[in-house]
Amino acid sequence: MRRHTLILGGTGLFAALGFMLTLGAWQSGDLPWQEKTTSSAARIRAADLGAMTWQLTSHEGAPVNPQDWLGQANLVFFGFTWCPDVCPMTLLNISDWLEELGPDADRLAVHLVTVDPERDIPEVLADYLSNFNPRIAGLTGTPVEVARAVAAFGVTYRRVPREDGDYTMDHTSGVFVFGPDGRLSRMIDLHEKPQAAVPKIRQALNQEE
Amino acid sequence: MMKQIIAGLGLAALLPALALAECAEVSQGDLSIRAAWSRATIGTARPAVFYVTIQNNGSTDDRLTGIETSVAGMPMLHETVMTDGVASMPHATAIDIPAGETVSLAPGGFHGMLMDLEEELKEGESFPVALQFEKAGEVSIDTEVLPIRAREAACGATP
Ligand SMILES: [Cu+2]
Repeated sequence: MRRHTLILGGTGLFAALGFMLTLGAWQSGDLPWQEKTTSSAARIRAADLGAMTWQLTSHEGAPVNPQDWLGQANLVFFGFTWCPDVCPMTLLNISDWLEELGPDADRLAVHLVTVDPERDIPEVLADYLSNFNPRIAGLTGTPVEVARAVAAFGVTYRRVPREDGDYTMDHTSGVFVFGPDGRLSRMIDLHEKPQAAVPKIRQALNQEE
Repeated sequence: MMKQIIAGLGLAALLPALALAECAEVSQGDLSIRAAWSRATIGTARPAVFYVTIQNNGSTDDRLTGIETSVAGMPMLHETVMTDGVASMPHATAIDIPAGETVSLAPGGFHGMLMDLEEELKEGESFPVALQFEKAGEVSIDTEVLPIRAREAACGATP
């Protein structure tokens, strides 16, 4: 049908049709850029610890499975310790929330999953995290293990080479809030104020298992 | 010059209360620059960060085009940007300092990225950073190294 119309159309009709086709593709999420972002957002929304199968290693060297986290509320976020701006900021924000939660923070586990397993080996994570709230645990693994785990959360990350041969990482920056049932409860954005973030965490804490 | 700064550092270390109360402020042309700070680093492998507040008291716009410091082989201006929830930090070729406005390099936005560190940055120390402006020229400011947990300059970023 579309091809038929195209053959019949003059330049104006062709342009109008092109627009309509683009619009149609946009509405159905068929454009490459949109497909990417939509599926990432959709995968994040559908994140379910109970359905995940990855295995990682904690900053203390212990094996960690997503099933270990069921039955309690969890905060999970992604980053790398070579990042001097966003990552300290996120760690400090989370420290604030934990303080604000008071004794309720005891019912919450907090995990930083590195997107830079090459440099963030367990000892390096432990060394770095010792400067922040001790409730924040670090997770790493082989590059393949990390890629698998990170994909299960719908998180995207990308290695960006620098001209001097070094590199930095682009990565999804929000904090995932999981309820005790393992399902994603809310996301907290980088710039959210504690007044907005803490109620989201409380909501997950008070959720039925 | 370097030796004077280092000597000054020793004194600041002896008088921590004084160091906390006084942040360097430098004026040149229409610009006044203050509240320069960085975070302590673990070793030299990771890049360090540089934050500062720049006030343009004049009636013409200026631009920060680069930074130089002896502590890092590759200092660069960066901007943390969020695209579809993904954080990245591209190189900022210049940062506008509009007439009559105050611009801060602050966590989560513009920052100086001090790559290829020559030395570990230790809490309580300070080091000079030279800022290059299109109109005001080069301005050097003493930068305080704060704890890794610091969120803002110890002297307050606003007057
Ligand atoms: Cu940067």
